[in-house]
Amino acid sequence: MEKNVVHKYLRKNKKFPHIWCPGCGHGVIMSSMLRAIDKQGLDRDDVAVVSGIGCSSRTPTYVDFNTIHTTHGRALAFATGLKLAKPDMTVIVVMGDGDAVGIGGNHFIHAARRNMDLKVIVYNNNIYGMTGGQASPTTPSGKKATTARYGNIERSFDICELAKATGAVYVARSTSYHVQALEKYIHRSLSKKGFTVVEAMTHCPTTYGRLNKIKEPVAGMIYQKDHFIMKAAWDKLPEEKREGKFPMGEFVDIEKTDFVSKYLRLIEANKE
Amino acid sequence: MSVELPKLGGKFIQMEDEIGSMASIIGASIGGLKSMTATSGPGISLMQENIGYAVITETPCLIVNVQRGGPSTGLPTMPSQGDILQARWGTHGDHPIITIYPHTVPEIFEETIRSVELSEKYRIPVILLLDEVIGHMREKIDIEKVDKNKSFKRKTPDVPNEWFFPYERNSSGVPAFADFGEGYRYHITGLVHDVDGFPTSKPDQIDAFMKRMFRKIDDNLDDILDWEEYELEDSEYMILAAGCVARSAKQAIRTLRDEHGIKIGLLRPKTIWPFISSVLIDKAQDKKKIFVPEMNMGQLLLPTQRFASSICDILPFNKINGEAIYPHELVSFIRRNI
Repeated sequence: MEKNVVHKYLRKNKKFPHIWCPGCGHGVIMSSMLRAIDKQGLDRDDVAVVSGIGCSSRTPTYVDFNTIHTTHGRALAFATGLKLAKPDMTVIVVMGDGDAVGIGGNHFIHAARRNMDLKVIVYNNNIYGMTGGQASPTTPSGKKATTARYGNIERSFDICELAKATGAVYVARSTSYHVQALEKYIHRSLSKKGFTVVEAMTHCPTTYGRLNKIKEPVAGMIYQKDHFIMKAAWDKLPEEKREGKFPMGEFVDIEKTDFVSKYLRLIEANKE
Repeated sequence: MSVELPKLGGKFIQMEDEIGSMASIIGASIGGLKSMTATSGPGISLMQENIGYAVITETPCLIVNVQRGGPSTGLPTMPSQGDILQARWGTHGDHPIITIYPHTVPEIFEETIRSVELSEKYRIPVILLLDEVIGHMREKIDIEKVDKNKSFKRKTPDVPNEWFFPYERNSSGVPAFADFGEGYRYHITGLVHDVDGFPTSKPDQIDAFMKRMFRKIDDNLDDILDWEEYELEDSEYMILAAGCVARSAKQAIRTLRDEHGIKIGLLRPKTIWPFISSVLIDKAQDKKKIFVPEMNMGQLLLPTQRFASSICDILPFNKINGEAIYPHELVSFIRRNI
């Protein structure tokens, strides 16, 4: 009997330690995911975890499910094929911010548009961490990256807004500080059918933190505590007080028939 | 396929781009389905990264590439044989691959079935390389020739979960494939991995993995290679050609033999990668010259030279103007050069 529910889902044959840097928030997200899976009562054989490339995408290596570590940005396209082949399998897709909405942006919007029944968890550390801290599509304007040493002059993507606009049936954001909310949102997404997105903000002490003066892991957690505000409170906040702050919580929770269910009906109607 | 597949309970999806198409057929294959995609021109370049992923993860799948003139948007949709070497070396990194090159519509039908079988049997992506000339052609096929009840099944593991090694080094060189959802929870990665499927950077494990990947193909050439010999028996000259050029070559051979008394025959690789090197070496022995006509600047010429340049003269004939090579062009070229 495992003392910690997370241990039940970690691979015993995998060589730990993991590759994440000391102080990284990714492990918090992974364990939140595992607790949510446990709460949902899913059979490990019926769960697939698919990832792209990057720090977050090493998650599948450590967890005891059917796991695929694919190519950069393409996790959703691989997952789409898998879901078509295995409609009853719960397919969780873990990606980083650059993976999901940078190189994989096209697959993200189309998987959402199609309403593929995929459970997306985006580990958003606002930077390409693994490759040396290059600016990602979610690096906030003005913040530094190794390819934006004078401050990022580009606008950043709001992943939740993008997911909402492209048709996701469930969209939520939490952080590696707000662990209980994170677990709750992932659990909620697992219980829904259709394209769901949980954006998990995480701190990267090694690249983003070092360049932007929040290099201590604790400082990263405090930053999340102070800057992410529950949606209800955020909505009441006057415009001038929103500067530098971000809303978190559940943004979309609707019902829509997913692609595979529609396709199975199409087969039923046309089979010979 | 969007019309026919649902009727049979199969799945069709139009992905957002060719990168996604290639990725999704790999995902579907991991889920246990036989899967394929098709493209032409730039699409095959977009697929290359994930073709490499299918190679390293040893995931069976079929990619149909109806070649058209390139580079870039090139000549939509005029014929070219510009992708012969890309089919071999399009994705980065050292790797084996199987490429099949039919030359008639009925042969496409038969070779598609064989390609899927080879792919499943050796756990490798197979590229079915076609010419635009054949791709847009209508010819009769004999569906009755195919036994519908005989469907090739991939080898799946029969050991308990805890004994299962997804990339085991067995005598065949091809590990059993566990479809997702069958109780074998394992890891698939595009990183070089050891027998347990987890990434490795240990030189001895990398070496064993890479060599097995090549060995599973190299040890089975008898099964994988296929070719056609046409009028080669008594010939003094030989044409080496594939796809639609082989059709023109056959016509040219008739004219050269019947009207000009030139003893010439054709060697046509059906399996183009791996190359039919031992067959070529054997057939080249008693030839005065080998002609290599192709709709590119010499892509089939390279392996031909590699294996036969020390045996006899090799003469290329290249045409890259968006037209097929016509029989009369070959007749006059060969008559001028013997």
